[in-house]
Amino acid sequence: MGRLRVPLLAGIVAVFALVAVSCGGSSGGDENTLVYGTAADPTALDGALISDGESIRVLYQMTEGLTALEPGTSEVIPSLATDWTTSDDGLAWTFNLREDVTFHDGEPFNAEAVCFNFERWFNFPAALQGEGTTYYWQFGFGGGFKNPTEDSIGPEDSLYKSCEAVDESTVTLNLTKPSATILSALTLPSIHIVSPAALEEFEADAGAQNEDGIFTPGGTYSTEHPTGTGPFKFESWTVGEQLVLVKNDDYWGEQAQTDKVIFRPIADNAARLQALQTGEIQGYDLVEPQDVSTIEGDGNLQLLERPPFNVGWVTINHAKPPMDKLEVRQAVSHAINREEIVNSFYGGRGVVAKEFMPKEIVGYADDVQTYEYDPAKARKLLQQAGLTLPVEIEFWYPTDISRDYMPDPKRNFEAMAADLNAAGFKVTAKTAPWRPDYVSRVNAGTAGHLNLIGWIADFADADNFIGTFFQAPTDQWGFENPEIHDLLNEAEEESDTAAREQLYQEANRKIMAFAAGVPYVHASVALSFQSNIQGFVPSPVGVGGESFASVSAGDAEEGAEDTGTEDTETEETETETETEE
Amino acid sequence: MARFVARRLLLLVPILLGVSILLFLWIRALPGGPAESLLGERATPEAVEQIERIYGLDRPIYVQYVKYLEKLVTGDLGTSIASRRPVTEEIGRRFPATIELALAAMVFAIVLGVPLGFVAAKRYGGVVDHASLVTSLIGISIPIFFLAILLKYLFAVKLGWLPTIGRQDVLISADHPTGFYVLDGIVTLNFEAAWDASLHLILPAIALGSIPLAIVARITRAAVLDVQNEDYVRTARAKGVGSRIVDRRHVFRNAMLPVVTIIGLQTGLLLSGAILTERVFALPGMGSWLADSIGDRDYPVLQGGILFVALVFVIVNLLVDISYGLLDPRIRVS
Repeated sequence: MGRLRVPLLAGIVAVFALVAVSCGGSSGGDENTLVYGTAADPTALDGALISDGESIRVLYQMTEGLTALEPGTSEVIPSLATDWTTSDDGLAWTFNLREDVTFHDGEPFNAEAVCFNFERWFNFPAALQGEGTTYYWQFGFGGGFKNPTEDSIGPEDSLYKSCEAVDESTVTLNLTKPSATILSALTLPSIHIVSPAALEEFEADAGAQNEDGIFTPGGTYSTEHPTGTGPFKFESWTVGEQLVLVKNDDYWGEQAQTDKVIFRPIADNAARLQALQTGEIQGYDLVEPQDVSTIEGDGNLQLLERPPFNVGWVTINHAKPPMDKLEVRQAVSHAINREEIVNSFYGGRGVVAKEFMPKEIVGYADDVQTYEYDPAKARKLLQQAGLTLPVEIEFWYPTDISRDYMPDPKRNFEAMAADLNAAGFKVTAKTAPWRPDYVSRVNAGTAGHLNLIGWIADFADADNFIGTFFQAPTDQWGFENPEIHDLLNEAEEESDTAAREQLYQEANRKIMAFAAGVPYVHASVALSFQSNIQGFVPSPVGVGGESFASVSAGDAEEGAEDTGTEDTETEETETETETEE
Repeated sequence: MARFVARRLLLLVPILLGVSILLFLWIRALPGGPAESLLGERATPEAVEQIERIYGLDRPIYVQYVKYLEKLVTGDLGTSIASRRPVTEEIGRRFPATIELALAAMVFAIVLGVPLGFVAAKRYGGVVDHASLVTSLIGISIPIFFLAILLKYLFAVKLGWLPTIGRQDVLISADHPTGFYVLDGIVTLNFEAAWDASLHLILPAIALGSIPLAIVARITRAAVLDVQNEDYVRTARAKGVGSRIVDRRHVFRNAMLPVVTIIGLQTGLLLSGAILTERVFALPGMGSWLADSIGDRDYPVLQGGILFVALVFVIVNLLVDISYGLLDPRIRVS
């Protein structure tokens, strides 16, 4: 090693001097490239194998289903299918397909391709039948497997029965029972139609289960060759750094406004905001409540809000006396001051829940029984139930978690516990980390009389809200109420939209009259963009309904939105890139 | 020397075996498992049970361990439950990022810390000495997380000089034959990419290097003070050797021994700091990956990743021991 020479401060000074000179603005300002900050990488780019929001977001840009959602709403509109009809028994759905569509690999989109996809899902090998592996095929669409394992859903319980390619552009899906949710389910990226040729060439289903039972794709379909029909095509993916999509010039619909979309995973919330401020990204998802005021106060940034697609509630476990008594459950409902909680802890982005689903979902009933905040009435109800006050109950809340519907569970809990104590209850606080055991305990009914939890829906249908919670007796709720269960079963199979809506409304009324639990909030999620970015339409279903095809950066000349405080960085980068066109 | 190294390398086997057993037990002693984290609100007892069966977690723990070991000797560290990618592949991608960051942080700490400590000792009790003490204390006591946010706010958000996230600008196209982005830029003669990757390293390196910087400065100072009073230094000065030469040959070189030790130890410890640094700067390295895996209870990643880190730690320590020999011939002889 000989001698260590020590180049004192000179080196450091030189480095900083160079930095200062060389580094004008930051990256990503190319007006034809949109860089978007996400919380994590997708898990895989094969729709069938994913259920996480990050994968869904990316897939939704590249692949399409037979149906889609009208941007910004949960209304189903035609997509790869132009229209459809149902047989009288509701078991056969015939779709007329768009004829001018090709997959990104040049292969034609047709009835055969549709059936290929459905048969692929139905014939998944054992390794792909796990709940966590093909979640949406099983629980979004209701699909089963032709050759089930002992744990998985067999053909008799599968909604999907068979697929017929009637002709090139007509396809019939045969179901085992009528379904009203099928049109919504077809919008899910997991049920999108992708290129059969690409699936085969890049061995989407090859690989298989290793000794630990984990499916590792042996092929490269889900990492390098996702091939759909959408407005963007896959270009490259460097895990941990960037995922690049480019515009599909042969797109059948309206062309994307942006040449390139780059998704950058940035796990840390504060880092996402700072990267947006420096211009390294032009937008990001999941704005934290505490960052809202910073964004609103920054003239270069804008805040967008996603309509709520979730519900936060207090589970009442009817199996734990005295919760089996209606009066006691009513007392809980009257004891909790929901307005106060929603106004205090949701940064202005929560609405008080009347029932177990937000009003944007078809089947919402405005005239359900409501329980106004009234501690005196709660006490009276407890006495009517023949109980001596105070009534001792266990109330559980999770730690180490923040969900859309409860950014800070502890604060919700504390406010509610105080309310309950003031209304004749004596609350014993219990807690567990969300991961690993809080949710299992709540679902297994081994937590408290009351538990804080909620739901973020998979798709925009009442079946994915109250249908999921109350269609059958569960340990979380610990009650059996045939009237409610039957109504929901009937609604699930009713294919007449109007009749179905009424059934769900009726179910909502019954559930609230029964005081099954205490829904208290629907919270919206915020996103932020630089203020020159236009055309992003937040969807009530979240990432599975938000296309980047309509997003563009406003021109500097048209900068009507320029706020005056615009700093030079963004302008610099904009002029730099104009030559590229 | 060769025998020394060989013996130390052989020792790796029992060390790693022991670590793997401890890891295996520790990870499974954590409450819950990967199922709950995969399922979220949908974690019903049945679903959890199904996943545990699929992943073989319902088998007796020694059976799981033996299976694990069988694969381990073939170099297979298993497959991540969260990402479904082979653990070795992930390590291959993430390790260079962490090493690059750690090296940059150590360079920062050494280049600044050693001279600072040296000057502080030479000006013992003076302004520079006190200033270096204060700097060191600040360096040690500011949480990396906070320092990172502060640095980003100042140098990126306010001044716009430096990037805040990632290893490379997304609009720069560059090949990465080695995975070390600065080096990649140089070997592919893509100097723009190398420069850009260097810029991306500056803030993370400062954030991560602040604690080692403080420690290196303090140790250097103490060591120099020690050595300065040794007889041979006095003798050298007495016989009229120039003060610069005394400092360089006699004082500095001898004072470096404890400093090298501490640098070695700190390099190993950098990984824990890297967890925070990588997260805040969105760097796809080992630290942020392992931290996420604990939350996900991603057993294969934790087992494989931490074992690999243990291996690196042991090797770094071996290198430190070897460097003693280079610095001090007496150790080599004995």
